[in-house]
Amino acid sequence: MSVDMRTFLAHVELANPITTAAGCAASGRELAQFFDLHRLGALTTRSITMAPRAGRPTPRMAETPSGMLNAVGLQGPGIDAFLERELPWLAQRGIKTIVSIGGGTVAEYSELARRLADAPGVTALEVNLSCPNIEDRGRVFAREGSAAAEVIASVRSIMRYDVPVVAKLAPDVADIVSVARACVDAGADALSMINNPLGMAIDTEALRPSLAAVTGGLSGPAILPLAVRCVWQVHAALPGVPLIGIGGVMSGRDAFQLVLAGACVVGVGTALFHDPYACLRIERELEDLLRARGFQRLADAVGLAHRPPGSAPRHLLVDSEESTP
Amino acid sequence: MQVTGTVLTTRRVDAYHALTVVAPGIAERYRPGHFVSVAVGGGQTSMVTRRALSIHDVKSDYGGTVELVFTARGPGTAWLAERRARDTLDLVGPLGRPFPLPRDPVHCVLVGAEYGSALLFPLADALLARGCRVDFVLGGTGAERVFGAMRARRIAETTTLTTEDGSLGLRGKVTDALPSVIADTRADAVYACAPMETLRAVTAVSMEFDIPVQVAVEESMACGIGVCMTCVLPVIGDDGVTRMVRACAEGPVFRGERVRFEDVGTIPFDALGAPGGGARHVS
Repeated sequence: MSVDMRTFLAHVELANPITTAAGCAASGRELAQFFDLHRLGALTTRSITMAPRAGRPTPRMAETPSGMLNAVGLQGPGIDAFLERELPWLAQRGIKTIVSIGGGTVAEYSELARRLADAPGVTALEVNLSCPNIEDRGRVFAREGSAAAEVIASVRSIMRYDVPVVAKLAPDVADIVSVARACVDAGADALSMINNPLGMAIDTEALRPSLAAVTGGLSGPAILPLAVRCVWQVHAALPGVPLIGIGGVMSGRDAFQLVLAGACVVGVGTALFHDPYACLRIERELEDLLRARGFQRLADAVGLAHRPPGSAPRHLLVDSEESTP
Repeated sequence: MQVTGTVLTTRRVDAYHALTVVAPGIAERYRPGHFVSVAVGGGQTSMVTRRALSIHDVKSDYGGTVELVFTARGPGTAWLAERRARDTLDLVGPLGRPFPLPRDPVHCVLVGAEYGSALLFPLADALLARGCRVDFVLGGTGAERVFGAMRARRIAETTTLTTEDGSLGLRGKVTDALPSVIADTRADAVYACAPMETLRAVTAVSMEFDIPVQVAVEESMACGIGVCMTCVLPVIGDDGVTRMVRACAEGPVFRGERVRFEDVGTIPFDALGAPGGGARHVS
């Protein structure tokens, strides 16, 4: 018996809950050499910026215990090249595409949304709120509910109603629930979390920071518990909001944790660096885990860990009712 | 492609480790200059990034084997060095863009420093098969760090060895010996794999002689397949514009004069998308 793995990101149906994490699959072509991208629930692009960006100097990467630090700095060719070459490539193949956008000002996000509003092939728009805000002395939008809400409200007002706007939240905040609530109040159709928390490593041979940019985003298994916590807290506070759970997912079991915490879509990032086929493997493992526990639908497992202690799992209740003569 | 390879033999080659791995799909697709990435640490490892290794040899035995050469520098390569026959390894490859080969039988000088020499041997075989003349210049800090001297002597017209401590061959660096080798052999092209500083000097010498130089760069990579964007270096494109390109996907082989060696580790101010052109500082 197969498990129904379909899921909804707001009103958009995805064939399965696995997507790539922004910045971990470029724009798909590289992974397409390994497997058919249609097997992903959706592909999330790297964060697209207005102008081409060369990013940060190297070294940009350092391996850390159960994780890695990166400071790539949103390297990319900019929105024009994305609309000209990358998005059409994905659209022609009918690949469900979550386009991630990054900017430094509210106007920049609005302009990116405007450029993408009429572009065919945008399944959803993920707003990367962790870029420093140049209007406000380098503070990060995602760290303040009001700043994040301003970006989301502006993007939501421009984007077509049938394209969900997803706010990507950072864990480096005092209260992620309040930022989440501000984004939803401003019109976010879904939330994704977590972006990389900031970390740092020091090279003990060179006696200096391992990254040229000094600090970088920490990813990998080290941050899974942080992601589970954030998804749990936000799902508890806003149970009706679809969540994309991202952070250190290396196996189906990791994905299952995020689903049980409340995520209906799971993003896979650093695992792709380790194994280009990670998304397919994780999807298969997640399905196996669900089947082994008697689930007929993925949807029945979303947020299930929130049920009060002592109550029976919902899906098992349904089973016993059906089997009553 | 990804294959589970089985280790056939392990050996020490000078100061380096060599693993021969049965990897049929990779061996048959391999062209000189390609590399592979290897998962390290086993199933429950905390090491999340793969290690990019150069291929020293490819044979059709056992359905296809690749010989990987590396030096144990950290916990990942130390784990690899402990592999024994019949252990399995998760390999992805062949990756990268291989060396372009000349159409005509020309004279080629192959320059390698440290274990960078390893990937020059399959290239030498391919050049010899095309009727090219091959001459080697190999070097290292000391005698035990010069890779492949014996094999080079066997297959090349001439082999020049250099060590910085004078323990083998000429005292000095490969680039000290290179001008006279180019002049003596009337070389038409240079191929090189070595640390960045040496590649810079090899390129400078080749440009003095006005002959093409192809370099295979070594950059630290997290994925090897072009998605992580960590292995970039500034390279001048056909249109004259400098871009931060990926060593794994656009390289590792580049035309030497196109690589801005003096700017490696920086974002040159005139690179496409460099800060200052409206771009901002983000992490």
